[in-house]
Amino acid sequence: MQAESHQRLQSSLLQPARWKWAEFLFWGLVFLAPWFLPSHALMVNEMAIVALFALSLDLVLGYAGIVSLGHAAFLGFGAYSAALFAKHIMPDPLVGLCFAMVTTSCLGALCALTILRGSDLTRLMVTLGMALILLELANKLDWLTGGSDGLQGVLMGPLLGRFEFDLMGQTAATYSLTILFTSFFFVRHWVHSPLGATVKAVRDNRLRAMAIGINVNARLAVVYGAAACLAGAAGALMAQTTGFASLDVFALDRSADVMLMLVIGGVGWLYGGVLGAVAFKLMHDVIAGITPQYWTFWIGLFLVVLVLVGRERLLKPWTWWRS
Amino acid sequence: MLTILFDGIAYGMLLFILAVGLSVTMGLMNFINLAHGAFAMAGGYLTVVLMQRFGVPFLICLPLAFLATGFLGAIMERSLYRPMYAKPHLDQVLFSIGLAFMSVSAIDYFMGSQQQIMQLPDMLKGRTEIWDGALGMGHYRLFIIAICAALTLALQYVLAKTTFGSRLRASVDDSRVAAGLGINVNSVFAITFAVGSGLAGLGGALGAEVLGLDPTFPLKFMVYFLIVVAVGGTSSITGPLLAALLLGIADVAGKYYVPKLGAFIVYSLMLLILLWRPQGLFVRKGGH
Repeated sequence: MQAESHQRLQSSLLQPARWKWAEFLFWGLVFLAPWFLPSHALMVNEMAIVALFALSLDLVLGYAGIVSLGHAAFLGFGAYSAALFAKHIMPDPLVGLCFAMVTTSCLGALCALTILRGSDLTRLMVTLGMALILLELANKLDWLTGGSDGLQGVLMGPLLGRFEFDLMGQTAATYSLTILFTSFFFVRHWVHSPLGATVKAVRDNRLRAMAIGINVNARLAVVYGAAACLAGAAGALMAQTTGFASLDVFALDRSADVMLMLVIGGVGWLYGGVLGAVAFKLMHDVIAGITPQYWTFWIGLFLVVLVLVGRERLLKPWTWWRS
Repeated sequence: MLTILFDGIAYGMLLFILAVGLSVTMGLMNFINLAHGAFAMAGGYLTVVLMQRFGVPFLICLPLAFLATGFLGAIMERSLYRPMYAKPHLDQVLFSIGLAFMSVSAIDYFMGSQQQIMQLPDMLKGRTEIWDGALGMGHYRLFIIAICAALTLALQYVLAKTTFGSRLRASVDDSRVAAGLGINVNSVFAITFAVGSGLAGLGGALGAEVLGLDPTFPLKFMVYFLIVVAVGGTSSITGPLLAALLLGIADVAGKYYVPKLGAFIVYSLMLLILLWRPQGLFVRKGGH
């Protein structure tokens, strides 16, 4: 009797960690997309990259509860690391990707020291400040980064020594999707692990988490480092598939956009980042097709309405006029 | 050397006037408002339009900019901001950055994306040099310092001596207890928000000449306002004042002595200060 209830409890606790058939279907469709829509392969590639970036912010914002307005720091750092690595050391994309991930993880671990103390405002400022400092550095160290002209002339070698990056972008899209899926797989596993559960406990109530013996600072540092690593991977993919790294990877717009993507899809839910990225890119494509110059106005309006309506109610229109 | 210090002080005073409203509202309602720069921009553009299209003299534009943006702030507070106070910080950040984005595009649409040029009256042009050129003072900067100093003294007087000031201070320290004592915290906050927006508008009008005025103003200077608030703390106005002066002097001196590093110095300084003292440099004991 007791063994049976124990088993039932265990299976109900493990339920969220199981892969569901809808997820297999989703990823299957995603991987087929660049081959069935060859003319949109470049867009699929972009979506995969921003989805990875949003996934990374989800770790910080949704799982650790840190409001960061400077997540582009890691994206940009990854992009420049990968581009410089390809230019000066070795053109192989996978080695470059690993290099960028390692360097951004180090940066993330260093930056984690800055977010441990203080209020939300302080954290907002230090994350923002970090992105601005890196932007200034990339701008002023023009002998290394090309300054405001961007880092040009990055030639990538073929993937795995066989597949060239073509103009159609199918190789690029498949490459980015593979990296996205691998990262997603690990993150999904990780958030359902005991370590992930303790991080959520820290987010919900830091004081109580501390009281039951969770080392809060160490947890936050681990999450921040891991998120930086993923953002660095996204940056590296961006630089490798476009063969270019420019200053706007550090811009505030990037950090704000990725936050919006995450909020559209849902914070603290891994598919939120992925679906939000897809929705955001589609929306961007449509609106920018109509008014390319004033696209930020509509984004701003969308944000304001979204928050006024309540972001958890966005996907449930029937609750909009109930208070 | 002295000239740089002088320019730095003028710049810092200007930043203080621009950011003081933000600091008080943030301390009062714990609300992170990234759209504060939009009010400053509104004041700046209002002045430009009044002067260029309607030929209103500059000195009359300044109080008009204050009143108009203050009024705008009161309306916005009533209609849009009030539901936001109880929401989490993430929502506040999204909401206010959305407002900032909208203001940037709207101004771009109506006024064009070019830099606006402000025609100063003749009496404010020119500069005076004393001590054999060791200290050169632009008349306009002198004017800025005079106005900002007068405003600071007035603010300090209102905060320290009047009934409204003591109500405000009580609400900042603990809004629940203040409400329990019969202070109408909501109306205190509405007035403060309106005055803060008005001051930002006045600062924008005054600073259009010094800081430059184009549609990206709210985003470009958002960081500076936030630095003032984060470094200065939100519990008094002396904190933001000192932080603004520090920032102004550091920025001007940094750009003069090591132009290669640009804004790098300011950001690094802010990061170091916040690492050292996460609640800001000037935190009053006994506050929260």
